[in-house]
Amino acid sequence: MTDCDAKLTGGGGLAVRLRGAVCLRGAFPALTGVNLNVDEGEAVLLRGPNGAGKSTLLRLCAGLAALRAGEGEVLGYDLRTESRSVRLEVGLVAHHMMLYEDLTVVENLEFWARLSGASANQAHVALRSLGVEERLHEVKLRKLSAGQRKRVSVAAVAMRRPRLWLLDEPHAGLDASGREALNEMINLARRSGATVLIASHEGASAEAVATRTIHLAGGAVWPSAPSTPDPWPATQPTATPSTADPSTAAQPKATPSTAARRRWRSRRLSARP
Amino acid sequence: MRSVLLIAAKDLRIELRSRVFLYQVIPFAITTLVLLGFALDADRAALRNFSSGLYWVTVMLAALLTAQRSVSLERSSGAADAIRLSGVAAAKIFAGKSLALFVYLIVLELLMVLGIVVLYDATLTDAGLAAATAVVATLGIAGAGTLYGVLAAGSGVGETLLPVLLLPVLAPVLISATRAFGDALGASSVNGWAWFGLVGLCSLLYMLLGGLSYGPILEADS
Repeated sequence: MTDCDAKLTGGGGLAVRLRGAVCLRGAFPALTGVNLNVDEGEAVLLRGPNGAGKSTLLRLCAGLAALRAGEGEVLGYDLRTESRSVRLEVGLVAHHMMLYEDLTVVENLEFWARLSGASANQAHVALRSLGVEERLHEVKLRKLSAGQRKRVSVAAVAMRRPRLWLLDEPHAGLDASGREALNEMINLARRSGATVLIASHEGASAEAVATRTIHLAGGAVWPSAPSTPDPWPATQPTATPSTADPSTAAQPKATPSTAARRRWRSRRLSARP
Repeated sequence: MRSVLLIAAKDLRIELRSRVFLYQVIPFAITTLVLLGFALDADRAALRNFSSGLYWVTVMLAALLTAQRSVSLERSSGAADAIRLSGVAAAKIFAGKSLALFVYLIVLELLMVLGIVVLYDATLTDAGLAAATAVVATLGIAGAGTLYGVLAAGSGVGETLLPVLLLPVLAPVLISATRAFGDALGASSVNGWAWFGLVGLCSLLYMLLGGLSYGPILEADS
């Protein structure tokens, strides 16, 4: 048994374990049989074109998107039966701020702190760490710039001290000092044992904190960046498992979802004039 | 209970800040009362007789706006996901959202009682029955509004679908609350308390159904 196989079957020390994970957005298969292992304490950068399935993968790992086929475990919890336990231990920074525009910065963070059982002090510490100036604390969120909002959004996740950080384009909209503060926070989280998954198009900023990069295209994990990125591949990549990179374990050749994706693609092509 | 109150207080605070309720919902309700008065040719006797029904129709229309607003607060910002990530039970989220909606609607109904007294020449002959009916019917409207608001929003065409889903469901509350209120206003000679019982039964059913089905609807939305 290779090291990779052990990781795929064992589950010890793995923060994320997905086998043939299929996820739908409506009727459309956004993930088409993802195999992915992420060790605890890793910082994995997810790369891929728009529509590759990065955000859906993060939502799946957060327990917010339903696993329609395959197997999935996050932090030792089964994604099908224990998604509520998963949610308590992950933090998600998504495209939406997940904050209320008509509440002030402090009101937002205190609300989420109380709701999730964190202390108000943790909220203030997180705001300080992200460099959110004190003069902004009593300002309504709608009056902040996009970068300032992003900092508050990250602070709302950081104060919960999640075991798994799921960051969707976290550097977008941040200035240099914001990116630095964010990376520092990610490193700090990793040093305390947390695992980080970052979906990003921001090469240098995200790579600075990532320990590994994986590529997604067409809802599947690829062994390396596809040379001609096709967001709707007709066939799945047939990568062989690699001990160096467990995320590149063999993809299923034709799951029901890949067949559905093919049918969808063929309908789409035939509809073209 | 703490998380229920937190969610309700947050919704109320947002409403106080945004003033959507003050500047949009209340004027809408008053305008509707005035327009219904015009539609009945400003006939004082007719308005007095129908004041109970016109009152509850207006409440239901305003409830559509507030229910829509309550859902959009969470969805536009992505906060619906954040609430789910906080681990709060769906039934508590439902209760918190319904409680906030209940408070807005009760405030609105108090103002509208003044409205029907001034515009329709209505008189309150049994304040106890009127208050009890308003409280219990509003609970049902708030519960159904919260439940169907999230159900309609999940379809992606929430704004237009919500009235189609919600108004038929609220028909029993509309009928029974109108009868009970009619008695409280001295506009009809029915046993208002018997109709109040039916209002209570409907409201209890909506709250129970809401508490049980809110979670599965939220999950299906993902």
